[in-house]
Amino acid sequence: MDIFLQQIINGLVQGSIYALVALGYTMVYGILGLINFAHGEVVMIGAMVALSVSLLLIGSGLPPLLVLLIALMVAAAVCMVLGYGIERLAYRPLRNAPRLAPLITAIGVSIVLQNLAMIIWGREYHAFPALLPNSSHLLAGAIINEVQIIIVLVATAMMAGLMLLVHRTRLGRAMRAVAENPSAAALMGVNPNAVISITFMMGAALAAVAGIMVSANYGIVHYYMGSILGLKAFTAAVLGGIGNLRGAMLGGLLLGLIESLGAGYIGDLTGGFFGSHYQDVFAFLVLIVVLVFRPAGLLGERVADRA
Amino acid sequence: MLLLTVENLKVSYGGIQALKGIDLHLAQGELVTLIGSNGAGKTTLLKTLAGLLHPSAGKIHYTGESLQHCAAHQRVRKGMALVPEGRGVFARLTVQENLQMGAYSRSDQHEISADLARMYELFPRLAERKNQLAGTLSGGEQQMVAMARALMSRPKLLMLDEPSMGLAPMMVAKIFDTIRDISAQGVSILLVEQNARLALQVAQRGYVLESGAITLSGAASELLGSDAVQTAYLGC
Repeated sequence: MDIFLQQIINGLVQGSIYALVALGYTMVYGILGLINFAHGEVVMIGAMVALSVSLLLIGSGLPPLLVLLIALMVAAAVCMVLGYGIERLAYRPLRNAPRLAPLITAIGVSIVLQNLAMIIWGREYHAFPALLPNSSHLLAGAIINEVQIIIVLVATAMMAGLMLLVHRTRLGRAMRAVAENPSAAALMGVNPNAVISITFMMGAALAAVAGIMVSANYGIVHYYMGSILGLKAFTAAVLGGIGNLRGAMLGGLLLGLIESLGAGYIGDLTGGFFGSHYQDVFAFLVLIVVLVFRPAGLLGERVADRA
Repeated sequence: MLLLTVENLKVSYGGIQALKGIDLHLAQGELVTLIGSNGAGKTTLLKTLAGLLHPSAGKIHYTGESLQHCAAHQRVRKGMALVPEGRGVFARLTVQENLQMGAYSRSDQHEISADLARMYELFPRLAERKNQLAGTLSGGEQQMVAMARALMSRPKLLMLDEPSMGLAPMMVAKIFDTIRDISAQGVSILLVEQNARLALQVAQRGYVLESGAITLSGAASELLGSDAVQTAYLGC
């Protein structure tokens, strides 16, 4: 078996998921200059809602793919409402407060969501039903299964769609205008608050999709799954240059690859002293290295503020 | 017919009263200028008219309606457009995208394309640079973008805040020619300027604003000739 190719495949799959979540961080940062640390929990809520809907419908005789599609739509809808609510209730009242206030609020929101999920879904690990065909294929000495192929394809399509929306539509233009100068955008007739709400909702919808991808990939859902995933996706956004959409995608994919290759080879490199369970170390190593040597990220702009 | 009437308008921010009871009016099709030194409250007045700042007292009536509960983005739909101080172009959008933003409140695609073509005719420089990021343009070109963008909303009332600021004399002349053209097409204009002579030459009427209050008003030609204006603003 080709270990290198295998790690590349695993890295791309994981990286696609990071990229989707990282986009949510970066979109909100781009428009409000705020790190929405509750974003990882939105991913978790998406996964949990999808779990509940799938379990509810799985015995109904509907084809599994349709069950997954319904679960996805319900999860996306719930997350969009959640994203809207978080912005409206937790961040908007603090729009003109010192930057530390919304940051602390974000942490508060994520604790609330985690505990809420624990109350609703319990503390235990849930098995996520296998709704997708899960046969494996041999590809040049590496194994890739259908869930992984679908994850990469769906993530690519969603990112392409987002880029088109942001760069080719009237709404996307308004989003970029508000990100750059909200009061000038208001002078054009744009309602900045509406655009900010839409941005949160779009990020939340991407998070819901990512939540389902994680669940389908690992087959396990847990109320705590959002926090480490959220931190890693945040790392990916910083790696690419926070506020930059292409950066979030690049950062997500790179982080997935670094993690996967690192975990794959760390055993050999250290003579078996460290094993692949040290995988999480790499993401945070990347975060530290980026913050020290290139705080604006790979594609980030100069940090200088414009007048 | 009066397009805009302002009565006893007071605006405070940061504990300072920037406007201390302003009365002014502007008739349909008029070009009125507001002159005054730095810090007199000119920009505050325009921002309040555009809805970016909120008055603590007083009334603003536009086409006979009160604007009290009308947010900035809704005023654009009513035909008010402000070219803000410092231009406020979207540096990371292309010139064309900036102009399209100006038409954000409109949905008549055909007419928008026609207006876009008209703007490029009015400002050929912008046509050459339509796919360039607005942030890479010179100050004068950015001023053109800001004015063209405001015109894209088909305003009834165009408010200009210091359009000559930081521009080379050639460019100032070009911008003021354009202001005359726009006015000739029937658009009402409220022009705020530090360059009092130039402003009074194009305007029909003028107001002089000093420390948040209007101290003089009248026909532009009268103001140009008045001793008070000459010593304070025309430097002669």
